[in-house]
Amino acid sequence: MDEKVYGWWLPPDISTHGAKIDQLISVLHWFMLLLFVGWGIFFVWCLVKYRAREGHKAIYAPVHAIATKYIEGAVVVVEIFLLFGLSTPVWLAYKNTPPDEKNAAHVRIVGEQFAWNFQYPGKDGKFGKTNESLIGSDNPLGLDPDDPAGKDDIVTVNQLHFPVHKPVYVEVSSKDVIHSFNIPVLRVKQDTIPGQQIPVWFEATQAGHFELACAQLCGLGHYRMRADVLVDTPEDYAKWEAENAPPPQEAPAAAAPDTTPAPEKK
Amino acid sequence: MSETTTHNGHDHAHAGHHELPFWRKYIFSVDHKVIGIQYAVTALFFLLFGFTLMMIMRWQLAYPGQPLPVIGKILGETAMPGGVMAPEFYNQLGAMHGTIMVFLGVVPLAVGGFGNFVVPLQIGAPDMAFPRLNMASYWVFLPGCVLMISSFFFPGGAAQSGWTSYPPLSDIASVGQTVWCFSMVLIITSSLLGSINFIVTIVQLRAKGLSYWRLPFFVHAQLVTAFLLLLAFPPLEAATVMQIMDRVAGTSFFLPSGLVVSGEQLKVAGGGSPLLWQHLFWFLAHPEVYVLILPAMGIVAEVIANNTRKPLWGYRLLVYSVVFLGFMSFVVWAHHMFMTGMGTTMSTFFQTTTMIISIPSVIILTCFIMSLYGGNIRFTTPMLFATAFLPMFAIGGLTGLPLGLTASDIYLHDTFYVIGHFHYVVAPGTLFALFAGVYYWFPKATGKQMNATLGKIHFWTSFVCINFVFMPMFFQGMAGLSRRLYDPTVYAHGRGVQALNVVISLGAWGLGLSQIPFIVNFFMSLKRGARVAENPWNATTLEWAAPSPPGHGNFLTEPVVYREPYEYSVPGHANDYSPQFVEGS
Amino acid sequence: MAEAAAHHESPIPYMVQPHPVTGIPNGKFGIWLFLASEVMLFGALFSSYVLIRTGAPHWPPEGGLTSEIVNVPLGTLNTAVLITSSITMVLSWASCKMGSLPRFKLWMAATIGLASVFLVIKYFEYKHKFDLGHFPSHDNFYAIYFTLTGLHGLHIIGGIIVNTFLLTAGSKMWTTDPEHFTNRVENAGLYWHFVDLVWIFLFPSLYLL
Repeated sequence: MDEKVYGWWLPPDISTHGAKIDQLISVLHWFMLLLFVGWGIFFVWCLVKYRAREGHKAIYAPVHAIATKYIEGAVVVVEIFLLFGLSTPVWLAYKNTPPDEKNAAHVRIVGEQFAWNFQYPGKDGKFGKTNESLIGSDNPLGLDPDDPAGKDDIVTVNQLHFPVHKPVYVEVSSKDVIHSFNIPVLRVKQDTIPGQQIPVWFEATQAGHFELACAQLCGLGHYRMRADVLVDTPEDYAKWEAENAPPPQEAPAAAAPDTTPAPEKK
Repeated sequence: MSETTTHNGHDHAHAGHHELPFWRKYIFSVDHKVIGIQYAVTALFFLLFGFTLMMIMRWQLAYPGQPLPVIGKILGETAMPGGVMAPEFYNQLGAMHGTIMVFLGVVPLAVGGFGNFVVPLQIGAPDMAFPRLNMASYWVFLPGCVLMISSFFFPGGAAQSGWTSYPPLSDIASVGQTVWCFSMVLIITSSLLGSINFIVTIVQLRAKGLSYWRLPFFVHAQLVTAFLLLLAFPPLEAATVMQIMDRVAGTSFFLPSGLVVSGEQLKVAGGGSPLLWQHLFWFLAHPEVYVLILPAMGIVAEVIANNTRKPLWGYRLLVYSVVFLGFMSFVVWAHHMFMTGMGTTMSTFFQTTTMIISIPSVIILTCFIMSLYGGNIRFTTPMLFATAFLPMFAIGGLTGLPLGLTASDIYLHDTFYVIGHFHYVVAPGTLFALFAGVYYWFPKATGKQMNATLGKIHFWTSFVCINFVFMPMFFQGMAGLSRRLYDPTVYAHGRGVQALNVVISLGAWGLGLSQIPFIVNFFMSLKRGARVAENPWNATTLEWAAPSPPGHGNFLTEPVVYREPYEYSVPGHANDYSPQFVEGS
Repeated sequence: MAEAAAHHESPIPYMVQPHPVTGIPNGKFGIWLFLASEVMLFGALFSSYVLIRTGAPHWPPEGGLTSEIVNVPLGTLNTAVLITSSITMVLSWASCKMGSLPRFKLWMAATIGLASVFLVIKYFEYKHKFDLGHFPSHDNFYAIYFTLTGLHGLHIIGGIIVNTFLLTAGSKMWTTDPEHFTNRVENAGLYWHFVDLVWIFLFPSLYLL
């Protein structure tokens, strides 16, 4: 894997929605810089011009500063523009338009101390049921072996695969404490709240190897709760899916629960 | 004044001749000035302590995994095996740094220290309305502090779930978290007692002629702060009680069903909500931000008016702005929770209120700068700190914009950008204002002046270093580096900005060294500082009418107020200041 | 606390006499502010209760009806006891106003007595639940029930302590400064009515709904 060199500013953006966020961040910083510099020049000028010295006196009468009113008014107008012109539309456009479920790649993501578990629905496009009482070292998600939908599910740990140029619809959750699903290059971040399944979506515009970082303090191993994000070309993704699909010999067993009594469930 | 109280005042004059025993005068004192100094000294100690924790953490961040010379050995094998910091210990330091700086340092100094010492003097009162309650407030606070620090020695160490203590992490953490909860209950109780006292004192005990529009801005700021403490702290107290129940009695207020911790199912009833804690916590902790900043603004106002030798520009505007800030601070809390998956209606509401609350802050800053315009600015030590407050607070405030807007917050939430932002508000902002306050009121409290040269060294070194600490954090945040990482080099984007971590750490240690002139100055001036009269700064507000230091009961004669608080350079006057307490035009 | 001494030590205005603008003395103002913060405290707990309850698939979580888990007759009795104690509290203050210390003592003792009865009844309610093995950890209904009633119980105990002080050592002030003493009784009464009011909210929301 080739080491990417990241700089001191925003990392490359590989998402379809990220450009708008980057644009907002950039507009905001130009605005902040303009305000700070303009204001700083006046500030320093005041400090120099009105420094105490021989024969200099303060002016008692308050200045009628029309300019400050205009500047304050301008700040308000700019803020309203930032709020309703940039931020809210970007946020709503992103949050209110989930991808069409049929065309999207689906992944269930479950955080735990200190690893990321990924569940892919496999060929049938359906996630197998999970039950927390079944969680064990060989079954990190507690996948129910009796659910036929789960037979072809792929489960990975600390390795997230998804195809490029295809909407990805993920549902994030957590087994234990609050984590935060954060892929900087994709401009996505979502706290994972135990007991809740929160949907997130994105679409990558370029293939490659990136990182998923936990962004919410989750314990002593918070810093090493990272996962590899592999954005595959459609061919690579299909290849990976085929290679990792669970062995098909378990398929006959899927029919078994219909005839034999179901094993006792806790 | 009523017959009874005049009578009592007379009694007091007699009682004043009897020397109180040492422990009644300096330890269990009911005098607001002694309590104020107790608070201030305790808080300054904890500020240094909390900062030391951070200086230790900065080693791990600058040189991850390398043994810390000397100190690493002293801290012992559990915390620093082989001199290398353990991740658990890193998290303890982080959580305790935040808690100590906010609850044991800045608030006690700003409110407990300056509020107690200055407010009764500035309103011409003999003491706080409830002196015994005031003493109780300090003596509830101190055990809370001691308990908080002692948590380092409990099995598993101190609290390590961040100062925000988000459950379920905090619910399943080691026993230090329970200690954290109990000491928070004590500290909150102390703040509540204090805030009741402040409000009653300011409303009921103002001197004759001191109407609300003649109050120094500092008093207005403290009044709003007291209301914030009074109404915002109880929800956190409730939340803390629930967390104690979760931890001690095994309830599930913050624990949903079906938790699996380290492969084991958690044996609790479940059905609780982790986000409930966040709502209650931030309902306090956002007003808490204004609890930190408002008294600081008050101090800056006093110092600026005094050193520009002209009335504050837009005094009434300033007052309206802080009152508005106070109200608005109760309806912005969920902007800390944009990434928890709240609906778009709620997030739009909270980002709108967040933008609204920035407007009074802009107005306050404008008023302060316009106060410089046309002044005759004396660059005394307190003025240097107050002047530096303005650009520092501006940076802190401006960088709040991208965090308050939901779309940009997606990327910047929980990165170092956030750390840079709130530290600019709290450290070179609030703390610089508090230093200004220390230099400004030190002569009143002790009757001695602090050394100006050492003060200037303290200022310039601190000012340079502190910017080296917090400015690089914006770049780290921009690069996407998450906060609270024990080892940032785990990530490629972290390795990209690792060089900045070295810069920050060097800045932090330099900042530590910069405090030496202050500590030396503080104690040296106490012993050998130049003696001063009542009014060394030629100031106008009431505290300068009392002797330095003021005796029990504060004023030699009952003060009467004749004019507005900042009547400097009134045309046609020989002096460039016309104190509130001096009669005549 | 040796209140009489405090009074003579400090020349603080409006300790007894009302402030000309606000119309109340310091103590009463302080009590109102304290009650405001108490409203926020219980308000936060009530909000948490509402949030957890609305988020639960069934309430109480173990099934059935709330009124089957708690003892409604005992709760009703306790409500009556507390309301009566508020009345006796008012009467004790009125006795001070009318200048009769013995009558004050009688009514104050009755208030403390009723408060103790409340706690005894509460003890039996708690004991019954503990006997059934229903501790706060049982489920979130019990968590909320014990936290809210427990905190309320602590407030009752606080009230008993204050009232007992006023009944015994504190009543010495009657001879030196009856007006100040009457103010104190009034302030204690304000607090007591608040504690009563909290119960008036607790009872229906925990026992009946």
